Parts: sequence; structure tokens; C-alpha cells
Amino acid sequence: MNALATFFYQRQRLGLALLLALPLAWLVGFYLLPLLALLLQSFFQLDPFTGLVVRQFTWATYRQLFIPAHLDILGRTLIMAGLVTLACGGLAFPIAYTMTHYASPRLKGILYVMVLLPLWSNYLIRVYAWKLILAKEGILTWLIQQIHLEALLQALLHLPGIGGPSLAVSWLGIFVVFIYVWLPYMILPIQAALERIPVSLIEAAADLGSPPQQTFWRVIWPLALPGVVAGSVFTFSLTLGDFVVPYTLGNSSYFIGQAVLSFQGTSGNIPLAAAFTVVPMVIMILYLWAAKKLGAFDPID
Amino acid sequence: MSDRDNGIPAIELHTVSHYFGSVKALDQVSLRVEGGEFFTLLGPSGSGKTTCLRLIAGFERLTTGSIKLYGQEVSALPPYARDVNTVFQDYALFPHMTVAENVGYGLMIKGIPQVERRARVQLMLELIQLPDLGERRPAQLSGGQRQRVALARALINQPRVLLLDEPLAALDLKLRQQMQSELKSLQQKLGITFIFVTHDQEEALTMSDRIAVFEGGKIAQVGSPSQIYDHPATLFVANFIGVTNHIAGSLAQQLTGSPQPFCLRPEKIRLAIEEPSIPDGWCHRCGILVDIVYLGVYTRYQVLVDEQTAWQVVQQNSEGIPHPPLQRGQTVHLLWSSQHHHYLPDVGDPWIEPPIKDPESIP
Repeated sequence: MNALATFFYQRQRLGLALLLALPLAWLVGFYLLPLLALLLQSFFQLDPFTGLVVRQFTWATYRQLFIPAHLDILGRTLIMAGLVTLACGGLAFPIAYTMTHYASPRLKGILYVMVLLPLWSNYLIRVYAWKLILAKEGILTWLIQQIHLEALLQALLHLPGIGGPSLAVSWLGIFVVFIYVWLPYMILPIQAALERIPVSLIEAAADLGSPPQQTFWRVIWPLALPGVVAGSVFTFSLTLGDFVVPYTLGNSSYFIGQAVLSFQGTSGNIPLAAAFTVVPMVIMILYLWAAKKLGAFDPID
Repeated sequence: MSDRDNGIPAIELHTVSHYFGSVKALDQVSLRVEGGEFFTLLGPSGSGKTTCLRLIAGFERLTTGSIKLYGQEVSALPPYARDVNTVFQDYALFPHMTVAENVGYGLMIKGIPQVERRARVQLMLELIQLPDLGERRPAQLSGGQRQRVALARALINQPRVLLLDEPLAALDLKLRQQMQSELKSLQQKLGITFIFVTHDQEEALTMSDRIAVFEGGKIAQVGSPSQIYDHPATLFVANFIGVTNHIAGSLAQQLTGSPQPFCLRPEKIRLAIEEPSIPDGWCHRCGILVDIVYLGVYTRYQVLVDEQTAWQVVQQNSEGIPHPPLQRGQTVHLLWSSQHHHYLPDVGDPWIEPPIKDPESIP
């Protein structure tokens, strides 16, 4: 055993190569190559008459993304992802800040479990549970009736772009459930970033004359930003790709995820499905590039 | 300097107590620091010295008592409303800002225009002898450089009192000694009151005008370095500042004719191989040499003077090591002037010398 250890100690490159061989093979074989295949597919197109994929380079599939119906899908998904991300950020930051600076070790443990607990149960079950909560005969509507705010709910549901026939089939419902399912992914990275800020930095800012709000914007926020960006990457990209929540709580207006599902399934239009998949990837790359340019990752350097 | 003339103390603590939960960190501490003083809070860890500094800075809200800064009650003020600045033990430099932005932070918060700010930051960087490092990030500096930047960031605000929380603890010995003398001369040049926290008694003696020795949340003694060293008020102070031989019981009776315990510093004792002639007012004792530690400038000996008492004796190596060299187990003669006997005010301290069991077992 010792001889083997010595053998690798003297040949460190070989040791490293062996260590990485399996994960690298997996990454290349099951991750990178399918991704390239996907990219390749998006440059083919479906022959509308035969229903067969024409394996010839073309921009035609990407041009199809720009027809109004498809632009609607892209715009709808992007706006929803953006709003969900903002709402998650606004909700997660105070929770993460409390966990870091005010919670006793015991309370911190309890809060961790509360944040993580929903992730341990099945995602579909949780979404369907929300459908029941939001249903016309569900507990939420009942509660609203009990406090006599039914009129307000009806007014809200009649607003275009927000409402729908009931909370269970409305944009508002999709929004609420998206926040619920992705919130932990925002809390945890922000909390980790806040935890890394030494308390002495906050004390030093106060010592140098900054009141709490200035300490927040000049010291805490810039140092927490990598965590906020990491969290927003999760919530934004998860919302962009999800099809379960809009399928369960939405009407017939598609989100990107649903479009991909239906194009590659029912209509067999793999190239268009691939093109739809490339869109969120491009958006995330642009997003990370912009965040990097704006210095969001500087504190980690 | 005018503050000193007015006679208003820079810092005045009056019966300050502080609890962390049910743990008492400070117990009825009262303290007066004059303007322009280099005042050191010295004590082992957990003695309350850092808590005391953090209360003055405002990072902790005191439980009871009052803190005055130049006559103004500040104990209810938040840190950003107090005219003091702090140099932190870990420096607490903002990692996302350049050195210049760090140093200029206090001025920026005060709303000083950028042109003036830049000029004053540059002046400060020159004062700390890092004029060209303004554009670096703290992570690109050495420990000593970060220390200076932390100092500059605090001093640029021209605080009335500068608080220093073990600022040299993370530096290596040579750099620490250099920074000690730099800090001291900077303090004299600027005339700002420094309150300096350390657990290093040598550092305290080197730098301070006055020292407060903390023990278990209370102040054991306040005085100048020589007062504290030569006239320690308690056995704890005598042992914490340097080393002392505490002589009590029958041994004290034999030596002085009275059982009253006293302290004797190791360097006041002369060590001889031959029995010396004993001048008037001097004391003499034979002992067995049990340990010899050569330390360059001096040699430290441990001498067993009766079955259970070992004394520390320190001899300068000014004439080289004695010839022939001393051996363990050898009988030596100890000689000292009785004027170096220091009688502690609190004779009731039930402190007992740890017994030495067997001279051979001492490594």
C-alpha cells in the first residue's frame, strides 16, 4: 500500500490523471457531447411536408424563434424569470441576513432545516399541493373569504397579465409557486456569502463613521453580491427551463420549457426544440458576462 | 495638548460593568486616561481588556456604568457617532476597495470632496511610508503593510482617541519591534491619545506612559511601567509582568526574621560559586542548581533553596558564561540586597509556590 502511495507521489501527474479520468469521461460523454449535439440540431430544420429533419446547416430554425407566437413565449418566460428572481432576492436577503447576524446557533440550525426541508420532498407533489391551496375551493380562497377580502381577490384576478379564472389558473399563482420552489436556492448562496464577511468589517465601517444604511450599501452589499448573483443564476435559469409549474397552474400560454417539451414530443420538431433550449443558455452566458463586467465577482478574486 | 491643560480626561470610565449573557466580562471598572497619553490595557486573554476597548469604541453596549469622552457621556451613542477610531487586530481592511479607498473611507463618509480627499489620503500614505501602494488591494499587501494601512485609515479621521486592539499580534518579532517604536514615535508626533490593548507584557512596558493590568474583569493595578514592574500591587501583577520569586512562610522567617511574604525579582539576585562576603543589609542563601537556560543576553537559572522552593535567578552574560561552566546539581550561593524585597500590599493572597518534587526530574 505504501509502495503504491510512493509510486504516485513520484508521478504526481499520473495520479492527477487517474483521479480525473472518470469524472472527465463522464462530463465529456454525457454532458459536453450531448450539448454539442443539441447545438448541432438547432442548425438543422424540419421539412414541413415530410416531417423529417433535414440535416443541412441553416439559420431557418433560429429565424422561426422570431415569429410573434414564439417571441411571446420567450418574452413571457423572461419576464416571469426576472420577476421571480427579483422577488426571491428581496425575500431571501433579510432571511439570510437574520440567519447570519441575529440567529443563535440553535435558531440558525432550525432555520437551515426550514429552508432545506421542502427540497427533501417531491417537487411534483409540492406543486400539486399548491394547486390545491390556490384552487377556487382551496384553503387560501376560503381564508380570504373569512376576512372578507373576496372583492379584492376578484379585482386582482381580473387584472390582465396577473389574473386568471382562479388563483390556481393565473399568472399570479405561477409567480407565487415559482418563488416558493426556488427560494431556497437564493437563500443558501446569499447566506454563505454573508457568513464569509468578517464582523470586524462591519464594525470598522461603523467605527469610520458610517451609519447602518451606508455600511450596508458600501460594505455588506458589494461583498454579498457574488452570493446574490449565484442565487439569481439558480432562480433565473430554473424558471427559464421549468415546464411543470406553468403546465400545472397556467392556461394554454406556453413557457419555454413547455414549448421545448411539445416541439420535441408531439410535433417531432427537434431542431426548433433545440433552438428554444439554446436561448436560455445564451441568456445565462450574457448574464454572467455582464455580472463579471460589473465587478460582481471581484470580492472573490 | 490643550486638552491636557484643561484637565479633562480623554476617557473616563466610571464603575463600568459588562455581561455577556450571564458571564461577567467587566466588573465595576473605573479608569481615567489623560489627553495625549499612551495608555495600555494589559492582561491575559479573558481578563476584560478587549471588552473594555470595545465598550469605548461602542461595539458593545455597556450593561451599567458610564463612559465619558472628553467630558461627554458617550455610552448611549452608536460607534459612528463617537469621535474615536479603532485599529483592529485582524486589520479589518475592506477587501473590495483599494488601499487608497480604504484609507479615504472615513473622509468619504464625512462628504469631503474627492480632490481634497485624494490629497489627504496621499499625505497619509506618505506618513506610513507606503506612498506608491494606493491602487493595490489589501490582499496584495504583506502583513506589516496591512497593519500600516489600518493605522492610516484610522488616523486620517484625526480622532481624539485612537483605540488599538492587539494590532501587532500577527506580526513576526522583528517587524513587531520595529512597529512598536514607529507607533510610539507617531503617537508622540501627533499627540493623539492612544489606548492600546495587548497581552504582551514586554510590549506594554516598551510603549506605554501608563498601564492598567486587568485580571478577571477587574483592574488589578494602574501605573507607569516602572511602578508596575518595581512595585506590583498584587502577586498576580508581579507574576504577569515579568517573573518573580514569591517568598513566604518559614523561608521568609529565616531570611528576614518575619513571616511576612515578599517578592524578589530574579535579576536582583547575584549568583556565586564561592561563598561570598556578605555586605551589610544583604541577604545570602545557598541552593542547588537544577536548571540552566542560556538565552544569549542572559542566562536563567533555577535554584532549589529548600525542599520545595525553586527560585528563578537571572544573570547577564556580560562577561561571557562563567568558567568553569556551571553544572546541574552544583551548590551555588545567592546574594541580594534586602532593599529589593518588595512587600505586597495584599498579604492575604493565598497563592502557594508549586512544589518541586525531585530535582532530578526537572528536564
